[in-house]
This record gives sequence, structure tokens and C-alpha cells, in this order.
Amino acid sequence: MTEQATPASPLEADIETIGALMDKGPSKPPRSQWRDVWDQFRKHKGAVFGGGFLLLITFAVVFGPYIWDVDPKALDIRNKNWRPVYTLLWDGGANAGWAHPFGTDQLGRDILAQMISGGRVSMAVGWLAMGLALVIGTAVGVIAGYFKWLDFWLMRFTDLVLSLPILPLVLLAVTLFRQPLNSRFGPEGGMFILIVSVIGLTSWMQTARIVRGDILALKEREFILAARSIGTTSGKIIRRHLLPNVISPIMVSATLGLATAIITESALSFLGVGFPSDYPTWGKLLADAVPRMQDFPERVLLPGIAISLTVLGVNYLGDGLRDALDPRIRGR
Amino acid sequence: MLTFTIRRLLLSIPTLLLISLVIFGLLQLAPGDPMAQVPLTVPPEVKQKMREALGLGQAWYVQYYKWLVQFFWIEPKVLVDYLTNSSTLLGWLPDTSLYNGELRVISWQTRSPVMDIVAQRMPQTLWVVGLSYIVGIVIAIPIGIYSAYRHYSVFDQAGTFITMIGFSIPPFFTGPLLIVIFSVYLGWLPSIYDTTHVVNDWASFKVQFFQMIMPVMVLALQTTAQISRYMRGAMLDNLNQDYVRTARAKGLKEGVVVMVHVLRNSMIPVVTVIALGMPAIFGGAIITENVFKVNGIGQLLLTALFANDLPMVMTLTFIFAILIVLFNLIADVLYGLLDPRIRYD
Repeated sequence: MTEQATPASPLEADIETIGALMDKGPSKPPRSQWRDVWDQFRKHKGAVFGGGFLLLITFAVVFGPYIWDVDPKALDIRNKNWRPVYTLLWDGGANAGWAHPFGTDQLGRDILAQMISGGRVSMAVGWLAMGLALVIGTAVGVIAGYFKWLDFWLMRFTDLVLSLPILPLVLLAVTLFRQPLNSRFGPEGGMFILIVSVIGLTSWMQTARIVRGDILALKEREFILAARSIGTTSGKIIRRHLLPNVISPIMVSATLGLATAIITESALSFLGVGFPSDYPTWGKLLADAVPRMQDFPERVLLPGIAISLTVLGVNYLGDGLRDALDPRIRGR
Repeated sequence: MLTFTIRRLLLSIPTLLLISLVIFGLLQLAPGDPMAQVPLTVPPEVKQKMREALGLGQAWYVQYYKWLVQFFWIEPKVLVDYLTNSSTLLGWLPDTSLYNGELRVISWQTRSPVMDIVAQRMPQTLWVVGLSYIVGIVIAIPIGIYSAYRHYSVFDQAGTFITMIGFSIPPFFTGPLLIVIFSVYLGWLPSIYDTTHVVNDWASFKVQFFQMIMPVMVLALQTTAQISRYMRGAMLDNLNQDYVRTARAKGLKEGVVVMVHVLRNSMIPVVTVIALGMPAIFGGAIITENVFKVNGIGQLLLTALFANDLPMVMTLTFIFAILIVLFNLIADVLYGLLDPRIRYD
């Protein structure tokens, strides 16, 4: 700016050159971090669809029974083996109709109602098991990352759990503890508690590792030092300063956890160690339909598609969240 | 590196012991009674004797100790004997005959040694699972490379979509779905895997090939999904590095830059992921084996679990645990070998 042509006074010239300094306020309103995240998230079409589909399915299974108020357990043996209503498109004489849009099973139970109530169980298991895994994983990760003297033992413990063969052990635990819990909480409640806790207790390790890694890095940053220097207690530092900063990896692993939990529950039901057979879940419906899938392929397809689409939606949601929450990718 | 490997090997011994204790503890809580199938006319004192004959009368730590001795001392002796006696690989060695009639781990279902049954079942699992893993890797790596190179292109979007589907569709759905399509409607492939089939000429090889397609593809879909995502992520990380710009700036061909410089660096995490995924695929095979009726070790575990065959369940679960610990170790060592920046000492 020294090469400016003969200014009237040096001060005026400087003001003219660095015109931006004269702005009274920022030219654009400030943007919050979550707005940036939301904008990046919206760019990821799959994630928006996935999230939307997850919301849709959740609403459908929560409010579905009030709209389609057919009892999923009601037997109607005269109207058994109805085909889904779309078979009428190519086969006018098919045993189908709007009374049972998805058809009925071999005992005349309405499949749409079964799908809704099965979805309720599957989603409830998924959400609760994911929540349990997140709570355990975050707690272990934060404690291991923050308290140095616990780090070694907690991480060795995490490694030990990681090297357990999960699916065989889950199968084992479910077969072994079925009886005592069933007699305690009833066949459905006992199984629900058992499956949620077994899945939750065996899927927290990744979250713990990721959270611990992030906490270890964050702990050395200046703002934690500043917080400590003004006498903030450890609990406060964790709650006010560390946890909000690790919320993004937690959210990403939450989506992964939800997907795994839904799949594991269905796999258990499929292998015949899940819920009792008059208590439909998506996996159970699929497994029950497999022996007769030549005649009634839709009974395999419908629950299978429900599981797959839900998990696909959740995975896409996780993918979008990962991109949106990563400041290095954001804005690209 | 060698000291690290030895240290990890030594550390894996207490880990495995602890795992075996966890599994054994879980099994001790089993409410099932192996005598449940015995007729009610058998008097209780005879039943008690039968129970003791199964080794159930003693305290749990005695049972645990006996299992440990059987698994870690007697079974290896049998294995060494087999290797030096009748295997083609080491048959030229002098016959060792270390094993002389001690009690081995006996299955309650068949009353025969568990390890013999495992040895019978292992080839089926290894063929199906191992082949599917190789097929999956072979498909996954090019997809990962290309979709990272053409980031956000149509191919990348499609590849991401397909891998997402592979992630999301569970094998207990793809399995029946493929059976319905290819066995029931089209009639091209058999729906059941026949393990007694012997391959001795071209026709029987074709039968074997056709019956392997579906189980292998179902498992390979999962592997492909996982590994191609890792491959893509690793490639993306490396493509923006400074050394890539340097390589391009000094006039290397694009093919050399991507396939030599970037690929070699991106393979480091992918190789470890491949190693880490090995034991998981054995676990995942439980479902696929169940769908296609492959009588491998996954199916063995499931039937043993339902039949309350505790020694079998214990041994199989522990074999899975050994695989996991072993491949974790291999992954760590590989990581150190491939990436000279990593120093464990």
C-alpha cells in the first residue's frame, strides 16, 4: 500500500485500501456449526432418503396399529393363504383382495398387521440395543481416554471382548438364558430383555475405541487446559467440554449400531433362537416363510425387503452423517 | 518387529485362557440337562453314574482343568501323530506315537472325539468360506480403486449403492432370495450344497462348481461390500496427499501414479482389514451354511447348541476365539511390516 498515488493524508489512504475494515458488521449473518452440518447433509441425497425412510418406517410401526387395527394374532382359518393384492394384476382369479393387502399366512393371520407389529419389535430392539451399546461404549471410551490409570485395563478389557466370537456367544447366551428370563418376565418380555442386553453388551467396543481415541486427542487441547486452570472438576470437563466434542463419532457409530442390532436380532430369529413364533418380528416372519417360499415367495420377500430397506436407510444416513460431521469434507 | 511378534504371541496366551474361562463359565450356567433324552425308565442311580461318566460330577474347576489339558496337550499330540503317521506332507518323518489312549474331548452327541468331527467338517467350511473371501477381495479391490479415482462419478455412486446394498441385505435374506430365483424359478443351480459329492472328472467338477456358486456369492457380497468401502476410503485419503502431486509433477504416467504410488500406500489398511475380517466370516458363515445346508463348522455349532452338546460348543467357540486372536495378531504384524512409519517398540 506504500505504492498508492499521493494520498491526501496517510490515514485516509489506509482506510480506503483496507475498505473491509470499515464494515460495521459481518456481511453475511454468522452460520452455526449445525447449520453447516445440515447443509452438507442435505447435499447427500442418499442420506436424506435414508433418514427419511427411517423416520417413515418408525412412524409406520409406531402409529400403524392405530390405522390398520387388525389383530396380528387373530386366526381366520377360512381366509388362509391369501396372496398380496398386487397378484390380481396378472392373475384375476387369485385369492386376494383389499381386505388383506399383503395377504394372509397359513393360519389366516393378516400379514400387513404382522409386518407392522414385527417391525415394532425389530425397531424397538434395534433402538434400545443401540442405545445400550452407545451408553456403555461412550462411558468406557470417555473413562479410558480421560483417566490415564484406567486406560490400560479398560482397553485390555475392550480388546478381550473384541476377540470373543460374537455370533456364537450370542447364540449361546440366548439359548442358555432363555429359560430363567422367560419364567421371570414371560416368554415375550424375557426374550426382549435378553436380546436387547445381549446385543447391547456385545457391540459397544467400536464406539469405546473411537471415543477413547478422540478424547485422548482432545484432552491435550488448550481449552481443556483453560477449563482445568479455572478449577473445573473432571466431571464438568467431561460433560461440558469433552462430550459435545465427541458427539459426531458417537452419532456415526449409533447409526452403525442400529443397523447391526436390527440384523443381529433378525439373524437370531432366523436361526430359531429368537422370539417365540407367535410373536412376530421381521426375522421371525422371514424364517417361518422360508419352508414354503416356493408357493408364497412374497412372505419371504416382504419382511426381507423391510429389513434390508431399513438397514440400507440407516447405513446411508450414517454415511451422510459422517460426511456432514467431518469438517474436512464439509464444504467440498 | 520380531520382539513385538513374540510379545504379542505371549500376550495372546493369557487372553485365550481368559476367553476360554468366559466361555466355560457361560456354559456352566447352562440349565439344559444332557440326560434329558435318556428314557424315564432308567433308574436315577444309573443316571447319576451316566452323568459321572460324562465328567459332570466334579467341581467346575476340575472340569475346566481337564478340558484345558485335553485341548492344549492331548489334542496336539493326536495331531502330531496324525501328521507324522498318515499325512502326505510330513509322513516321511519318523512315526511319533505320542498319544496313547488318554481321554480326548468327547462329543456328547456322537460319543466320538470333537476334534475328529471338526476335522471332517473343516474342509467344507474352508472351501465355501475361503473361496468366497477370495472372490470378494478380487471383486472389491478394483471397484474400490476406480470409485475413489472417479470420486462422485456415476460409477462411484453406483458402486457405493451396491456396496451399501451388500452391507444392508443380510445373508439370511439373500440366500433364500437366490434360491427362489435360481433354483425354483430358473432351475439353474441346486439349492442344497451336497458335501458328499466327489470331484473326479469334468462333469462332477461342473456339478461342484454349480453348487458352490450361490453360497460363495452370498458370502462374497458381504466381503465385497466391506472391503471395497475400505479400499475406496484408503484411496481417497491418499489421492489428495502431497506425494501424489509430486509424482504427477515429475511427469509420471497417471497409471503409474495411481496403480503404484497410491495403490501401494492404500493397501496397508486394506490388508489389515482383510486379515481382521477372516474370523468374522467364519461367524457369518453360520447363517449361510444354515441356509444352503452346508455341513461345515458353523452348522456343527448350531446343531451342537440345540442338542446341548457342551464339549462340542465349548471347543468350537474356542476355535473361533483362537482364529480371532490369531488374525488380530497377523493384522498387527502385517501393519508393522507394510508401513515402515509404524514402530511398535
